[in-house]
Amino acid sequence: MNAAVKKYLLQFKEGIVDKNPTFVQLLGMCPTLATTTSVSNAVGMGLAATAVLCCSNLFISLLRRFIPREVRIASFIVIISGFVSAVEMLIKAFLPALDASLGVFIPLIVVNCIILARAEAFASKNPPLPSFFDGLSMGLGFTLALCCIAAVRELLGSGSILGFNILGSSYPGMLIFIMPSGAFLTLGCLVALVNKLRAVAASHSRSSADTQTVTADSPAEASEISDETASGEVKTNSCDSEKSDENTGTESDKGGEDK
Amino acid sequence: MITDILLLMLSAVLIENFIFSRFLGCCPFLGVSEKPDTALGMGCAVVFVMTISSAVTYAVYTFILVPFHLEYLKTIAFILIIASLVQFIEMFLHKYVPVLYNALGIFLPLITTNCAVLGAALLNIENGYNFIESVAFGFSAAAGFTLAIVIFAGVRARIEFANPPKCFRGMPMALITAGLIAMAFSGFSGMSFN
Repeated sequence: MNAAVKKYLLQFKEGIVDKNPTFVQLLGMCPTLATTTSVSNAVGMGLAATAVLCCSNLFISLLRRFIPREVRIASFIVIISGFVSAVEMLIKAFLPALDASLGVFIPLIVVNCIILARAEAFASKNPPLPSFFDGLSMGLGFTLALCCIAAVRELLGSGSILGFNILGSSYPGMLIFIMPSGAFLTLGCLVALVNKLRAVAASHSRSSADTQTVTADSPAEASEISDETASGEVKTNSCDSEKSDENTGTESDKGGEDK
Repeated sequence: MITDILLLMLSAVLIENFIFSRFLGCCPFLGVSEKPDTALGMGCAVVFVMTISSAVTYAVYTFILVPFHLEYLKTIAFILIIASLVQFIEMFLHKYVPVLYNALGIFLPLITTNCAVLGAALLNIENGYNFIESVAFGFSAAAGFTLAIVIFAGVRARIEFANPPKCFRGMPMALITAGLIAMAFSGFSGMSFN
């Protein structure tokens, strides 16, 4: 039981951090770019996609022995579009404001690559319960990523988050971040930031692993060497992050000028 | 009537460009835009499929779904129509127009999951276009998509030689490039015909 819980927790970490569908796998770009004008839209879109992803993964996994390989993609699309229609009707009935602001992007969850990718890569090969949790973790990773992008865009674009004013009423609001081009710029910078963090994390784990293995051989020399390499890496990293900071700075400046 | 349709087409290509203002079809836009040639091939395949699918989905919606009060099935119906249409077009071209098939072949299966095609079909219904307007909208939206992807591929081919910081290489740089092109395209939103 304990092992099973641990496995699911690992799966969650994978879906939200290691294999985040938006920042790492770069899947499902259309809703990511289109619905992140405000945090409330992003949460709505993310949760709608998560619901569809969980249900479709569960059903595809249950039916995986009955779907012939040749027509599996078509069958997946039919199953997914069934759930999308259900979610669409539920949102229309209970959250009309969200329906109005997301518009055509709710039915377009059908062609969201994340859902088809998880169906093909995971649910069609695994038992129902892990598939369901895979859907949940990937969906939450997607929702979280959407919220990050939307928080940046809403904060810079209108000075508020979830409608609460944060930067004060004198903040002029950089309209460019609400406009379509701001979506591309924000996502580009955030993906670069995530790349950077992943590279730093990887180099840290690598350098610590190096120290451990090498010190086992010849303690004194090796630790010096690995220290040097580690500090070198840290230096280059800090340069790079400064560069990326500069880039984001110039871009937000541009945004200000354009406005 | 004709001016209305021309204005509709112009605004679908420039002002409400599918990529830069509606964000439809971003996956192929970012995925198949490394070389201008392949981008053009993808664009042509999208124009071809989207024009036909706009006509077919309009007909199915008006003559089958509405009379039987099945409007709520439109998402399922449209995605099935598009998937089978793409398959059918592929087989037809393979048999009768091999030249075109060789040019567009590899791009056709990718179009099934291109949200621009389904998006155009749904927007046609949402905006209440008639048959001619639907076809014109489908064609010109796809033409706008082609314009965007070809421009983007041209810029990306040059960026290959640039030397950005390591973490910006690849997709982040492409996204920022797309953002700058979108900024240029947002200039068209000042155009008004009323």
